[in-house]
Amino acid sequence: METILLLAHTEPGGALAKPALEALAAIRELDGELIVGLVGSETQPAANQIAGCGAARILAVTGEAFAQPRYATDAAAAEALCRAAGAPIVIAPSTSRWARALPGVAYRLGGRVDTHATSLAAQNGAPAVTRWFYRQRMEAVLTRTQRPWFMLLDSGCFPAWNVPAGEAVVEAVALEAPQTRTAVTGIQAPKADEQTIRPDAKLLFVAGAGWTKKQADGAPHPKEAEELILGFLRASQSSLGGSKSLVDLSGEGEAVLGFMTHLNQIGQTGSTPRHPKGLSTCCHGEEPHVVGWRFVHQRRAVNLDPNCGWARGKADVLYVADAFEVMRHVNRLLGT
Amino acid sequence: MSTPFEIVVCGSLVPDPLQTLEPASGPSGPSLKNEMMLPAVLDPWAGHALYEAANLALKTPGSKVRLVSLGPKAKLQQVMMTVAQKVPFELVALDGPASGFADSFETAAALAAAIEALPGLNKARLLVFGGWESASRGAGSTLQMIGERLGIAEQFLGVDQLTVLQEGSMEILERIEGGRYQVSVCAAPPAVLGWATGRLPEPRNNPQVGMANMRLIMPALQRAKAAPLANAGLCYASVSLPRQQRETRVVKDMPAEEIAREIVAWMRED
Repeated sequence: METILLLAHTEPGGALAKPALEALAAIRELDGELIVGLVGSETQPAANQIAGCGAARILAVTGEAFAQPRYATDAAAAEALCRAAGAPIVIAPSTSRWARALPGVAYRLGGRVDTHATSLAAQNGAPAVTRWFYRQRMEAVLTRTQRPWFMLLDSGCFPAWNVPAGEAVVEAVALEAPQTRTAVTGIQAPKADEQTIRPDAKLLFVAGAGWTKKQADGAPHPKEAEELILGFLRASQSSLGGSKSLVDLSGEGEAVLGFMTHLNQIGQTGSTPRHPKGLSTCCHGEEPHVVGWRFVHQRRAVNLDPNCGWARGKADVLYVADAFEVMRHVNRLLGT
Repeated sequence: MSTPFEIVVCGSLVPDPLQTLEPASGPSGPSLKNEMMLPAVLDPWAGHALYEAANLALKTPGSKVRLVSLGPKAKLQQVMMTVAQKVPFELVALDGPASGFADSFETAAALAAAIEALPGLNKARLLVFGGWESASRGAGSTLQMIGERLGIAEQFLGVDQLTVLQEGSMEILERIEGGRYQVSVCAAPPAVLGWATGRLPEPRNNPQVGMANMRLIMPALQRAKAAPLANAGLCYASVSLPRQQRETRVVKDMPAEEIAREIVAWMRED
């Protein structure tokens, strides 16, 4: 197997986050010589964190200019590390930071890039990448002859490797920060008690447009829907997803579910999150929506229509019932 | 008054999401079964980029929006009949594959060359827009390589909002992990922005805009240069549909309270 460079950026405080440790676990399966390249304001803590990973070298671009995620500085740092390592295979976790910067770095080095890899295997001494096409509707295994070959691994596909920590020797790669016209000014995040997207949650709770439709009494009850859903999210610490139709209603300014945005959207034009379990409510489970459930292992749905998409092999269990009533009882049992 | 922008939107077509897709293999690699027969739509994220571009151009008088699109000419014409009614733009068409199996590196090369060749392009005011990834290849890598080829190092991915500030700089909100946004300020163009869904609803069809657009779109389609993509060095070992079909247990006539108990017990299982 060819030499592999793992690219990882550090978090505030200098440690590596879970996606980097997952990428390390994936590389371990390939059995090639490993070089680690680190980027951040502090890199020694990260190097110490993975001191026992068996890397032949640990390289680092360190400095305040490289603390913030930004294309120009991230691409320059990654390029410098790739040139210093000279590895034909470059693997990195698919974080928002690397997804933005590494395709451009692949171009600078005359290489190629494949993103959203879900599996890696060795075939004839070279890696073969598995990834999905057409929004998770078909899966392909591919190889390339060009080098360097960059691969970005999706988070949640590999268990994070619990590497023995220690004292690592880091080779500094000198790099002057490039000129940039971009300044990162902050992060916008919902308040802790308003957070609805939790990537590490055990359960994905998906709300469909049915929550805003007329109920048995002939009137819609968006306020109650909002209370039931938010109450459930608080009690269960689940992550919230929405179908496109429901999210679009919110975007059009209708007084429906105020907390639902495009960030919550699951499916063809939304996200494809990874959670062990998923509970769908008031959603018909049609194909464009269900492609977003590709990586949700155990699936249950509550819907009034016994012939909805979920009944046709898309869910493990379909409860034909009124979601308002069911979720009222669920919330009571969860103690809200 | 703000200085006008040169906005170039990169976007192509994808099969209608409601269609059933099956892979097929041919001498030039994998493709979709009956690909040319499948109804197509403008790639959804590229569509959001186009609507955001039109909105920015509307707010910045003198700005121009051009859509550079690589796809089979006949399919492009079909899709443009609908897209042209949404917002004003000029089309630059490239006749080549819009397949998800085409390499983003070569796609970027073709699109960057087309942008470079735009007559009268003021690169100092250039904003390259596109979807942050496509609904076909889903690579999320084409725009960055276009930016590199055009020498643009101010790049943003997963953009939901662009605000032009008083002094002409741009505040940009990019999606990052955990449902959060990174806020950046880019002092001036040129820049590359890969849009997520943005903040605008899909515009209503406007036949007058459609008629004005189509006057330029039809000649642009006739002028479309061939842009074959060779997929050099890329080898697909297999392409398959997911096999997983679940044995769904449909539970009818169970009281809501009992369903709730079953759901809570399931949630608490490891």
